[in-house]
Amino acid sequence: MEGTHHHVQSDDLNFKATELRLGLPGTEITTSSSPKIIININNNNNKRSSPDNNESEEEDDNRVSSAAKSITAPAPKAQIVGWPPVRSYRKNNTAVVVGEEKKTEYVKVSMDGAPFLRKIDLKLYNNNKNGYTELLNGLEKMFNFKIGSEYATAYEDKDGDLMLLGDVPWDMFMATCKRLRIMKGSDARGLGASAV
Amino acid sequence: MAYSFPEEVLEHVFSFLKTDKDRNAVSLVCRSWYEIERWCRRRVFIGNCYSVSPEIVIRRFPEVRALEMKGKPHFADFNLVPEGWGGYVYPWIVAMSVAYPFLEEIKLKRMVVTDDTLELISKSFKNFKVLVLSSCEGFTTDGLASIAANCRNLRDLDLRESEVEDLSGHWLSHFPDNCTSLVSLNMSCLGSEVSFSALERLVARSPNLKTLRLNRAVPLEKLSNLLLRAPQLVELGTGAYSAEVRSDTFSNLTEAFSACKHLKGLSGFWDVVPAYLPAMSSVCSGLTWLNLSYATIQSSDLIKLVTQCRNLQRLWVLDYIEDSGLEAVAASCKDLQELRVFPSDPFGAEPNVSLTEQGLVSVSEGCPKLHSVLYFCRQMSNAALVTIARNRPKMIRFRLCIIEPRVPDYLTLEPLDTGFGAIVENCKELRRLSMSGLLTDRVFEYIGTHAKKLEMLSIAFAGDSDLGLHHVLSGCESLRKLEIRDCPFGDKALLANAAKLETMRSLWMSSCSVSFGACKLLGQKMPRLNVEVIDERGPPNTRPESCPVERLYVYRTVGGRRDDMPGFVWNMDQDFSTFRDSQEQENGN
Repeated sequence: MEGTHHHVQSDDLNFKATELRLGLPGTEITTSSSPKIIININNNNNKRSSPDNNESEEEDDNRVSSAAKSITAPAPKAQIVGWPPVRSYRKNNTAVVVGEEKKTEYVKVSMDGAPFLRKIDLKLYNNNKNGYTELLNGLEKMFNFKIGSEYATAYEDKDGDLMLLGDVPWDMFMATCKRLRIMKGSDARGLGASAV
Repeated sequence: MAYSFPEEVLEHVFSFLKTDKDRNAVSLVCRSWYEIERWCRRRVFIGNCYSVSPEIVIRRFPEVRALEMKGKPHFADFNLVPEGWGGYVYPWIVAMSVAYPFLEEIKLKRMVVTDDTLELISKSFKNFKVLVLSSCEGFTTDGLASIAANCRNLRDLDLRESEVEDLSGHWLSHFPDNCTSLVSLNMSCLGSEVSFSALERLVARSPNLKTLRLNRAVPLEKLSNLLLRAPQLVELGTGAYSAEVRSDTFSNLTEAFSACKHLKGLSGFWDVVPAYLPAMSSVCSGLTWLNLSYATIQSSDLIKLVTQCRNLQRLWVLDYIEDSGLEAVAASCKDLQELRVFPSDPFGAEPNVSLTEQGLVSVSEGCPKLHSVLYFCRQMSNAALVTIARNRPKMIRFRLCIIEPRVPDYLTLEPLDTGFGAIVENCKELRRLSMSGLLTDRVFEYIGTHAKKLEMLSIAFAGDSDLGLHHVLSGCESLRKLEIRDCPFGDKALLANAAKLETMRSLWMSSCSVSFGACKLLGQKMPRLNVEVIDERGPPNTRPESCPVERLYVYRTVGGRRDDMPGFVWNMDQDFSTFRDSQEQENGN
């Protein structure tokens, strides 16, 4: 049953229409619009734009070089439906690896009254026993000031609240700190020295 | 017929024939063998629910005890089949509730199952034993409650990868206290928490329980309670594998695992806390199947685990394993037959892990029994594919997904034709192939020439012209299922090979260049095929004949056109010239 081929009578189907040629599909038909051959999502593909489709070495070279060109100039990616072929329950289930770490964690630092902000990498202080102390030292150097009655350090957490530096364990601080703020003047005095 | 055996003898002989192929062959010998065989066929497999009607099946096989059936096309897994397409099992259950009161098993894949269906099943078949719903949808936990409550002799309830509307975990508590027959329970796809005490009691009163796959909501701290009550388990799916790191939890878990002397398969492993992995060390050497495809742990932890599993035959894992991990697998798991590596970040633009073609090459070199591969990666070379093909000529299933479409050999920038060509040329027993990367018509020439045992082929973003499709349809003698997306294949190859389609289960083509005109021609001239156009832009005859259809699904059938097509599916054998009239006629029925 399987594997036998029944030859369709040539007068049943329009033989000419089904006859295989090496020409482009649609080249014989007189309709003005030929069907769009590829739905292009990316611009980097091998377009079949050459009018005569000779199976020649030249064609292959063109194909390779156009592919090469397209590698060097990647088009912006649009997400294709159903590609890559991963089932939806798998997409939902794979989270970022626990412990997969970024190499740096820069946060903005502002100082009241200073014209522009700085950025500091919290990761630099990550492996130290005295993360907070080292961080404060770093900030003092960066802004050329001394923590004391005039200055207090605070940070903005994930919820957008302004928190005094030093209340929580370092790891928790690292996970929740979005930016640092060095406060000056009456606000600072209200907070007193930092909790550290 | 003076020399023929009495019926009973023939029936007894036929009872040793298990495969459909053998039974079908036997029924062709003569009319009396046909008759005897059809009365004693107990298992029916229907690969496409629309290829035949319930009435025809029931008429021919009046004493069926087990039904296995598949509905939607495979590409439905990747959202290429719109919601509401079909695959409803309800009409089958209705018919069988009358015809097969002694039905024991129903196994469905990619079908729509409703709560009403489940209730009907639970009440119609007094001896119902096995329900497997693989990648199904349409039902809620209420339907599960009916099954639990009413099926007195339930042995298997397996919901693998189905989409269940999770109303509550209360369904599990519907298993009556006198239900002690459970052998297999797979609830891994469910979201909500079941009553742990109900689960514990169920496990405790099921002495034959061999397979238990929990859902994510079952906490790790409680796993040991279950294991201690079911040390006979052969397959276990954990819940979330995370808990606060505590020594008592750890020692309980270790003890519980070491009591399970028969465990062969492990899965689950959501949210893994690596500190708890050593708790399962005692079972590693006995494992033949390990499914870590949800375990988001790093290569080093994966290596520690996998290298202890020296008898592993099947490994499913995320690409966190990296090339280095696969090298370790190649060195330790000499019995490995099947490897599946899934992408942890399929939509990321840049690779997030160091997994390349090299990992697969290592495994192909180190694992002499490897015959089944599913591999997602971001780069591939012809050289690697040729090496893999030469290493493993006994390959049966080879599915390679290079994440970016149309990506060439990263070393030579050539298409991957040669590589895949080597696969089909060397692996003469290859039954299933999925390809990706940059591919021209040439690869299809290789496939048509060499892939004589190929039964299923999946193609995406490949080929240059109709020649490609023609090579496949004219050359692949054993082809049963062909699924194609985003390829420049059109009318000529399809129409020239129309007869081939009657020898196959189905053909799927989406985002290709098949015109409405060609689909009509195919549908009208091939009465034993259902040629269905799926197009969400509206009726195909509102566009020019030459306009390509969005999606085409062609399958052989003896059941005629289906009567449950939604508004975006058209059967091409209908008369489009009087489209409006025929539509009204249908509505009138």
